[in-house]
Amino acid sequence: MIKTEHLCKRYETLTAVDDVSFEVQPGEVLGFLGPNGAGKTTTMRMLAGFITPTSGRASICGHDVETDTLAAKANLGYLPEGAPSYGEMTVYSFLEFIAELRKLTGEQRRKRLAYVIGRLQLERVLAQNIDTLSKGFRRRVGIAQALIHDPPVLILDEPTDGLDPNQKHEVRTLINEMTRDKVIIISTHILEEVDAVCTRAIIIARGKIVADDTPQGLAARSRYHNAVSLRLEQPEHLAAARSAVAALPSVAEVEVNERDGRITALPRAGASILGALNELATRQGLKLKELQLESGRLDEVFRAITA
Amino acid sequence: MSSVGIILRRELRSYFATPLAYVFIIIFLVLANVFTFNLGGFYERGQADLAPFFNFHPWLYLFLIPAISMRLWAEERKSGSIELLMTQPITLWQAVAGKFLAAWVFTAVALALTFPIWITVNYLGSPDNGAIFAAYVGSLLLAGGFLAIGSCMSALTRNQVIAFILSVVVCFLFLLAGYPLVLNLFSAWAPQVLVDAIASLSFLQHFESISKGVIDIRDLLYFAMLIGLFLLATAITLDVRKAE
Repeated sequence: MIKTEHLCKRYETLTAVDDVSFEVQPGEVLGFLGPNGAGKTTTMRMLAGFITPTSGRASICGHDVETDTLAAKANLGYLPEGAPSYGEMTVYSFLEFIAELRKLTGEQRRKRLAYVIGRLQLERVLAQNIDTLSKGFRRRVGIAQALIHDPPVLILDEPTDGLDPNQKHEVRTLINEMTRDKVIIISTHILEEVDAVCTRAIIIARGKIVADDTPQGLAARSRYHNAVSLRLEQPEHLAAARSAVAALPSVAEVEVNERDGRITALPRAGASILGALNELATRQGLKLKELQLESGRLDEVFRAITA
Repeated sequence: MSSVGIILRRELRSYFATPLAYVFIIIFLVLANVFTFNLGGFYERGQADLAPFFNFHPWLYLFLIPAISMRLWAEERKSGSIELLMTQPITLWQAVAGKFLAAWVFTAVALALTFPIWITVNYLGSPDNGAIFAAYVGSLLLAGGFLAIGSCMSALTRNQVIAFILSVVVCFLFLLAGYPLVLNLFSAWAPQVLVDAIASLSFLQHFESISKGVIDIRDLLYFAMLIGLFLLATAITLDVRKAE
């Protein structure tokens, strides 16, 4: 597991990470969210033992990253931001090099190499220089490198950056498969990813944790939580429908998207409005093309919290 | 294999994965021969020794060694691979030693490829082969000293050109530390003890006695300590600046 206590990183004029404390247990996939420059990468680098905290402590599987560095690193698979590697090496010799540094030998090394190569579909590029790879392949080589020693803790800094939708899906499937017995932290600013893989999300802004919740819990903070949106068969009834919806006692606010004619009704706190809206439509004879209950919009929560 | 060995082997391979290694070795061999035969008057002297060959090594190294050492850390910092390397289960010291040793082994290979000149001088006369061997050892130690300085300069910056220039300047100061050019800078204001101390740091003086075939334990110690100190400085610099 991962534990941080009052972790801080100060530079001369800037506090990059400010009193960050959290714990992550096996089986959890923690999504690290935040605007660029919020301190995500700095926090991850401290966990990985690459930079030293100004104050506070962090540990990986009970090994303090400062006093028991090698043991902490041995338990960690880490994908640095931008997936750096040695460009002049071939994919295979690079992975072999990492396997050696990770003290994998003989049969075990062969097995793990074969596993990560197969799992990240690197067979086609094994003999190619890393320099010549596409961004997506380079990212996959970086992830393969982090997985090679089957670590109990994985920290991936923007694992899906630069991947196409199919590759993103592949990486998310891979993460989902590994969740059972591992502790995983990923950083991302793709919010759909949080829904797709994370069991928990921490939002940080200006170095501080501003939210720590499940993706559902975060979505519930949205003003769109339990909102209902609908579209009409006959757009000419839009204005009438809008005022009828706004007149409902449980509706707090109505928004209309001019582009596609979608009416979104926001409920008063705690109220459920789906039934009322359905009834209204039947009563007024409105033909609905679409009726949808929203669970909340993460991007809106994200903006509200970090702005 | 130890972590130092693994890093050493990866580095060495990467030298030969790019044209760098071949270009360096060819230029080194060509220049070494030009200096020996044209400037050193190898034939004209009529003596069966390799003094004209070894005398020019400090000057050859002054520009060629920084060309090797400049990439040691600057490149890792620029490409970000230093983050990958330093988050593997190795110590900073193992990384510093592994990369330095790789560069040193590489220069040893280049130096070893000058063997035809040793054969030539044996063909032409009967030189003191023990002295020539000692001179080769001295030359390798000198290269190690230059490389250690270069490694430290390379750790200071992400820019390889800056690393190169810094290395040349610092190596030049060490080379000439025993000569008026450098000593005059200090003798005007510094106490004599300090001036003497600086004079005793001179590469040239320590190299000269070894290159004449005299292996003095003090000269060996000098190079060993110099290499150790600059590698320590490399490690400290990296510890502070690696993430910048």
